[in-house]
Amino acid sequence: MTTPTAIEINCETGIVTERPLTAQEIAANEGAQAQAEADAKAAEEVATAKAAAKASAQAKLATLGLTADEVAALLG
Amino acid sequence: MPSTYTLISSNVLSSTAASVTFSAIPSTYTDLVVRLSLRDTGAGLDGLYWLTFNGSGGTAYSNTFLYGYGTGTGSGRAANQAGIYDLYGLDGSTATANTYASSEIYIPSYTVAQNKPISQFGVPETNAASFSNGMGITAGLWRNTAAITSLTIQSSITSFASTSSFYLYGIKNS
Repeated sequence: MTTPTAIEINCETGIVTERPLTAQEIAANEGAQAQAEADAKAAEEVATAKAAAKASAQAKLATLGLTADEVAALLG
Repeated sequence: MPSTYTLISSNVLSSTAASVTFSAIPSTYTDLVVRLSLRDTGAGLDGLYWLTFNGSGGTAYSNTFLYGYGTGTGSGRAANQAGIYDLYGLDGSTATANTYASSEIYIPSYTVAQNKPISQFGVPETNAASFSNGMGITAGLWRNTAAITSLTIQSSITSFASTSSFYLYGIKNS
């Protein structure tokens, strides 16, 4: 597998340099990827739980005799 | 009338790169703006990138994010991280060929001796019925009072694809 590249653009000189990522940078990238996946998963779990709670509330309100329009007006 | 929005530097990748750094950023502006057009070599329709300042890792970064796409929405926060993660605005290789995510990062008062907040928004693009274009916004913070002299943008998927583009602008308040 090819080592990923880091590019640096020096704003003062305009010189662009390319070099392979260091082991430390590769580890940091892997950590960032893992964190990004964990954050996305956590956000998805919160959204799923919220949707499930909303559906449950809608079902319970329906059993009380509220129409779909009335439920929608209550829950938005 | 003064010119208040000035291109400091730019780069269009001629090969793939896992990270792109703007270094030796001049201190002569008030704010910085980074505009990005990004695609990744890794699989997936869309994804995230992340940001660090002055080559600093540690645990001084945090973020709060919101996103929405064709089938869902979400939000979250991450504190004490090694970078500002969860910047949504990257097309993966599965996205429609030759499409790029558009993204902007705004960094106010980058030379002032105070903690450094940022705002970011991004819009991945693909042309598929199942994936109407998503969007994300993130508030980030680097808890450090040093002036920002370099910033590094890194892919959270694999590597930025060739022809991804990076533009750094300086804004003056007068």
